[in-house]
Amino acid sequence: MIGPFVATAIIAVSPLAFLQFFAWYCHSLIAKSREVGLSESAREISGVTRRTVRGDQFIRLRQLIALFPEPGGDIYKLRAVSIYFGMLGFIHDQLSRAFPAAAKWIELERSGCAYAAAVVLDGRMTYSRTLISRQLVS
Amino acid sequence: MSTLGPVDYALLIADLSIEVCALVILLKKRALSQHFTFVLFLCASIAVGIGRYYVLAADGFTSNTYLYFYFFSDALLIICLYFVLMSLYMHVFSDMNVGKLVRAGAVLLLAGTALISYYTVASSSDRLVTKFVMEMSQNLYFVGVVLTYVLWGAMMKLRENRSRVMQLVLSMGVYFSAFAGSFALGNLYPDLVIWRYVSHLMVTWLPISWAYTFIKVTEDARMATSRVVAPTQ
Repeated sequence: MIGPFVATAIIAVSPLAFLQFFAWYCHSLIAKSREVGLSESAREISGVTRRTVRGDQFIRLRQLIALFPEPGGDIYKLRAVSIYFGMLGFIHDQLSRAFPAAAKWIELERSGCAYAAAVVLDGRMTYSRTLISRQLVS
Repeated sequence: MSTLGPVDYALLIADLSIEVCALVILLKKRALSQHFTFVLFLCASIAVGIGRYYVLAADGFTSNTYLYFYFFSDALLIICLYFVLMSLYMHVFSDMNVGKLVRAGAVLLLAGTALISYYTVASSSDRLVTKFVMEMSQNLYFVGVVLTYVLWGAMMKLRENRSRVMQLVLSMGVYFSAFAGSFALGNLYPDLVIWRYVSHLMVTWLPISWAYTFIKVTEDARMATSRVVAPTQ
């Protein structure tokens, strides 16, 4: 009798623990991005005001990112943040009517995701410029 | 004997190549001396992956040999993961000289979890060895979740600010909680087909996240835990 009871308890607890750890992990990735300032051109494209980017810009930024070649290493961060952004969207759809305060928090979180995407876009734009200038020189 | 499809082979090869790449990155970043347990886990995981491939090719997916090999090798990998977690504890508590206490606690926890799992299986009608190992794996993963929570709590209390240690601990939390849930589901519903594919994808999490951390986060990078727990405040 103990076996199924333990399994059920673990099934109930582990998804919550997973969400919590994954959110913290993504926060750590976003916090690292926040340490990076954006260039003027990236600010213009992503519509940055001071250090915030609107959450609804995330999808547009991802589409823009796809247009540039990858310098290597940023795709993992982008995927993790995209999954987190998707999870926030799901929570927003389910909870925002019942808990309006949650909608505000979710928008702040999505804004963080969008800032991380803007940093990735900025990195890729810089990389593309370097590639083009190298080609011009050669 | 049930054979594997092209998806299974692709996933097996993807798992193995990601682990090998992560191992190369960790060695290139000179993690062997400071983070020996991480390298040990990756080596064990690669060896287990190769072993599973040979057992699968010889005996098939539904054979008893594969079942035994899978669960016993998984138990071995979890024990390696415990070593990784203990090394993270040592890193966090390095100033307090509590290495012996951490080691003793880890051994006690492992033995305790194995005993509880044995008791759980011994009290049920089907006293299978595989059932015991599966039950133990599920419980060990869950104890891993709890231990990671405790470590993260201690890091917040101690205001640990090493970004690399933070990301490594959080990635362990994600891995342990994902596998604890998946094993518990597998324990309750052993015939779920999706479990066979999802576990392959989850296996790639640790090597990818470790490789990313070692490439992108330098040893001296610092970040306040408050920025991770409540970044919007």
